[in-house]
Amino acid sequence: MDRSQPPSPSDLTPLRLEQALQLLSQSGQLAPQGEPHSAAWLQNLVDALVDLSSRDALTGLANRRSFDAALSRELDRVARSGEPALLLALDIDHFKRVNDTYGHLAGDQVLKAVAGALIDCVRPMDLVARTGGEEFSIILPNCPASFGETVAERVRRRIEHMPIRTGPAQQINVSISVGGAFAPQWVRSTAALWVERADQQLYRAKAQGRNAVRLEPTAVSVVSTDEKRLLFDASRFQDFE
Amino acid sequence: MAVTSGKGGVGKTFVAANLAAALARQGQRVLVLDADLGLANLDVVLNLFPKITLHDVFTGKNTLNEAILPAPGGFSVLLAGSGMVEYSRMTPEVREQLQKVIDEVAPRFDRVLLDTGAGISDVVLYTVSLADDVLVVATPEPTSLTDAYATIKVLATTQGRRAVQLLVNQVRRPGEGRAVHHQLQLVVDRYVSPALDAALRIEFVGELPSDPAVRDAVQHRQLLLEAMPGAPASVAMVGVATRLLA
Repeated sequence: MDRSQPPSPSDLTPLRLEQALQLLSQSGQLAPQGEPHSAAWLQNLVDALVDLSSRDALTGLANRRSFDAALSRELDRVARSGEPALLLALDIDHFKRVNDTYGHLAGDQVLKAVAGALIDCVRPMDLVARTGGEEFSIILPNCPASFGETVAERVRRRIEHMPIRTGPAQQINVSISVGGAFAPQWVRSTAALWVERADQQLYRAKAQGRNAVRLEPTAVSVVSTDEKRLLFDASRFQDFE
Repeated sequence: MAVTSGKGGVGKTFVAANLAAALARQGQRVLVLDADLGLANLDVVLNLFPKITLHDVFTGKNTLNEAILPAPGGFSVLLAGSGMVEYSRMTPEVREQLQKVIDEVAPRFDRVLLDTGAGISDVVLYTVSLADDVLVVATPEPTSLTDAYATIKVLATTQGRRAVQLLVNQVRRPGEGRAVHHQLQLVVDRYVSPALDAALRIEFVGELPSDPAVRDAVQHRQLLLEAMPGAPASVAMVGVATRLLA
């Protein structure tokens, strides 16, 4: 055998690839390019499977698995580069009602339409993921505070004003609640904490009556007059005891 | 453990050095790392003139082991040195190097104290984020109290801290530290915890009396615990160490 050409794995062990190929074709992917069982062909097959396993089957968005990986990568980048990043947590309001009233097929149409609208609203570098049933998340790298508010509000309005056709004579309107938290520059944090902070703001947006945006305030170091009053008044009082 | 303060000049470095000495007396292996890279002054407090500093470790001139020096109080120090001015901003390189140093020293000591800079700059926040626990040093002065409160608020929000420790320095009468703690906890309960949807606990680790012996020791660049172990502030510091170990 030519030493410069490493043997293709398929030369050594018979590979059972039927299921993988079937899976790809069922999910609407093209068959891998290249001479079947060549190294290049196998690489393409693996790439296609990797792509498949990182996407949500219904919407084509990044799935939970690839979202988790991207979030950790982004946190690391924030702490290294010092660029702030924003995480948005989004949830379709009263989605259960859509399913109950119009059926699951209509529900799926809504999820797809919302997914498409989210992709349209963000920059190519941002990652949109479906992280739960009717829950979505967006990671926005290098996102200054002023931009975060704008993009979150743009997403909310876009969904609010988007009629979704779910049948020949049926249109549905849904709204979305958005919560967001920044990964502050240079600070080492954890992915779990970041998600928790964004989720907290999402709950607030829901509690506010839904169809709302809530971002964690960035100017947290500001001490208000009320806070100062409470901080000192009693301590002055203590002095006179 | 990070030792931080919000406001400068409240005795942060004094506390870090003397607390390290008090912990060392109770059998702990302690390292104090001068994490105030831009404005390091742990060497001044300890009257050390180090030939090898963190700067030399960062540039690869010396090994980490060579830079870990014995300090008068029976603990070890890693000093930043004056060549660190260029590190007053956190660059990716500094961040990585600092992280590496801490990862390497942490398993070799019972406690590593990070003497951070004052304020809530990104550098301070970053160094504090490397620590498991945070000790906030404050005095009863309104400005110090406000800055300590702001620091606690930022740490709770951006780093998910649910507990920080508080040491009140320079109290004018016994019990004043506890009163300050009570007040801080009150404001936190009213304004910070509700916004977090979680309780943020401030743990009071003790108070140090305003003590002329402290100024004398600092002037003579000595550790208070070494120079005047019987001084009220020394005795109080030993109490703080005991509480931390409990």
